Amino acid sequence: MSHPLQPNVLTRPKIVVGLGSCGIAAGGKKVYEALVAEVAKRKLDVDIDETGCIGMCFREVLVEIRDPQRGSFIYGDMTPDRLPRILDEHVLAGRVIPEWLARSDELPGSEDAFFAKQKRIVLRHCGVNNPESLAEYQATGGYAALAKVLKEMTPEQVIEVITQSGLRGRGGAGFPTGIKWKFARQSRDETKYVVCNGDEGDPGAFMDRSVLEGDPHNILEGMLIAGYAIGARFGYIYCRAEYPLAVKRLKLAIEVARQIGFLGERILGSAFSFDIKVKEGAGAFVCGEETALIASIEGQRGMPRLRPPFPTTAGLWAHPTSINNVETFGNVPWIILNGAEKFAEMGVGKSRGTKVFALAGKIVRGGLIEVPMGITLREIIYEVGGGIQGGKAFKAVQMGGPSGGCIPAALIDTSVDYESVTQTGAIMGSGGMVVMDETTCMVDVARFFLNFTQKESCGKCTFCRLGTKRMLEILTRITEGYGRPEDIPMLEELSEKIKKGSLCGLGQTAPNPVLTTLKYFRHEYEAHINDKKCPAHRCKKLLTYRIIADKCTGCTVCAKHCPVHCISGERKQVHVIDQAACIRCGECLRRCNFAAVQAD
Amino acid sequence: MATDTPQTTRPVEFDANPVQAVLRKYKGEKGILIPVLQETQDAYGYLPSAALEEIATATGVPLAQIYGVATFYAQFRLRPVGKHMVRVCCGTACHVAGAERITDAMSQTLDVAPGETTADDLFTLETVACLGCCSLAPVMMIDEETFGRLDEKAVRKIVKDYRTES
Repeated sequence: MSHPLQPNVLTRPKIVVGLGSCGIAAGGKKVYEALVAEVAKRKLDVDIDETGCIGMCFREVLVEIRDPQRGSFIYGDMTPDRLPRILDEHVLAGRVIPEWLARSDELPGSEDAFFAKQKRIVLRHCGVNNPESLAEYQATGGYAALAKVLKEMTPEQVIEVITQSGLRGRGGAGFPTGIKWKFARQSRDETKYVVCNGDEGDPGAFMDRSVLEGDPHNILEGMLIAGYAIGARFGYIYCRAEYPLAVKRLKLAIEVARQIGFLGERILGSAFSFDIKVKEGAGAFVCGEETALIASIEGQRGMPRLRPPFPTTAGLWAHPTSINNVETFGNVPWIILNGAEKFAEMGVGKSRGTKVFALAGKIVRGGLIEVPMGITLREIIYEVGGGIQGGKAFKAVQMGGPSGGCIPAALIDTSVDYESVTQTGAIMGSGGMVVMDETTCMVDVARFFLNFTQKESCGKCTFCRLGTKRMLEILTRITEGYGRPEDIPMLEELSEKIKKGSLCGLGQTAPNPVLTTLKYFRHEYEAHINDKKCPAHRCKKLLTYRIIADKCTGCTVCAKHCPVHCISGERKQVHVIDQAACIRCGECLRRCNFAAVQAD
Repeated sequence: MATDTPQTTRPVEFDANPVQAVLRKYKGEKGILIPVLQETQDAYGYLPSAALEEIATATGVPLAQIYGVATFYAQFRLRPVGKHMVRVCCGTACHVAGAERITDAMSQTLDVAPGETTADDLFTLETVACLGCCSLAPVMMIDEETFGRLDEKAVRKIVKDYRTES
């Protein structure tokens, strides 16, 4: 594989700070400011720049030194205190500091395995370019695909290339992009729209945010090509309001592209005119569903409607509309430039190309990754992700967020493609991948997702509105020790009815987290219901707290902090918990300095 | 979703200029209700009922429909909030990493339930679905600043620091 983070052509060293949302959250701005000050103090002849998400969130803050001769060096866990040593030893004296090095062109770094199996197409500029620089985007092949399309290809040829590439919708459902564009092209109407769905609402997913923040022009270019292909002259990007940095960078990119003439009338001297507007969402998960998203852009409550007609026939303001996900658009310029065959070379079966995942949870290397379709979960978790934190046992991986499911350890060799993942009961989804270890309670996870979908149900369909509420009540009582044997069949019955009785994807998939955990972790439900025990020791109300006599020093801290005063004992004597009065809040366990409180 | 009841009495000192400025900016465009509400909220910190009435009059959208939209989306607030907005992330990665303990600790330290504002109007506590900083879980945001890898102790200290500052 070629170097994922190729330094651009440089004349002098460049120091780059990763300032995606993750980098900023980890303190990236302070590092950047300190860098500017320290460089000025030393009067160094270097450039300072920023970039988007490099992907290695687990090593934030990341600082990269790009040397014209020696290539790239990325240092992780950077703080303002560590910068002087980097500048003095690396930049001035040319000595690499191996203990902080995450990856480099010269030496093996601690995170080489993170990149080894990745193939970066959508993320090709993320963490490399300055996302606010159009010049850098152009220098790395930006807007060349647009020029090629306008000069050399008919709209039908563009659609043919995208169809041939096998690109499918990356928002989760996996509908072939070329076919969607073809339907929109065939719809007869003067006015048509292209919509970019950036309403990334799955908890545990941040792929679209990273792409929009890290390479906004790439998405604009993808939308322009779509507009040309279907015959639209206007596009909307619907972006979550919770992503202020993405909104800011998109607006900036649109403004610059307009000034240069990549947006507007008669683009690059052709007959094609196109413009793009950003619409900010207002916080409703259901707006990720395309008909709800359309209602939201129109200024209404984001409630889905019955399909057909599909948006490609009657979408925004009843005009034909092609709605594609951020990542889908991110693939388009690359496919146009490199050809459909090159894209289709990657992947298996009907899943071609790559997929971006947000890897999180109990994993060593959590971050943003892009891997070829057909890679196994084992490769992602143990090679790219570096295994489970603290050497604990891998239990399950959650894919697809609230619409998806938990894939158990026994299926770790599952190939990551639309069909194989669907077979497990989970879905490919938009790319959230949350890894769980032995300390995660699967009933609690199911309750977590139902709590989410129940709150986010728009209320239109009865089964989704009330069914999810009933399921949540049942799951809550199971985790609180009031589960009944008839609860499991009731959950199964409700699941089936919610799936059948809901208009949109939210309701149709809401039961998936319960169904997959019932399928693979039924024994955990049974332990909660029959034995009133939580095998993962996670459900607070099912725990019994005990003081271990050998370890208790009689310091009285637990007794002082017990909110119901159910711990008794003299100073320097072993303390005892009155089980009948204990409310299982766990305060004693958290307060004990001698690990003398045990919960099981 | 915003379920709090609107303030029905129109404050005497209500200044209609900010909402009028927003309405002028969007005059004549279609599908503007949500951006108008967003910018009105930016101007007032929440959506005063008097401002919603102004919007209804100017746009011709029935007030009932405006309330329908304002209560549908989680972003809109019908009541003023505290000086600092505390958002505890309850996304999947944070949940697995113990977000519930962080919410409880925050709730205890501030002595309010999620969705409420402290008596001194200094903090409003909210839980949110996902802040997208999963690798730093558990995470919370106070205003624009993000705090990651939290535990109960860190939460208490952060609140203390904010209190001393104000």
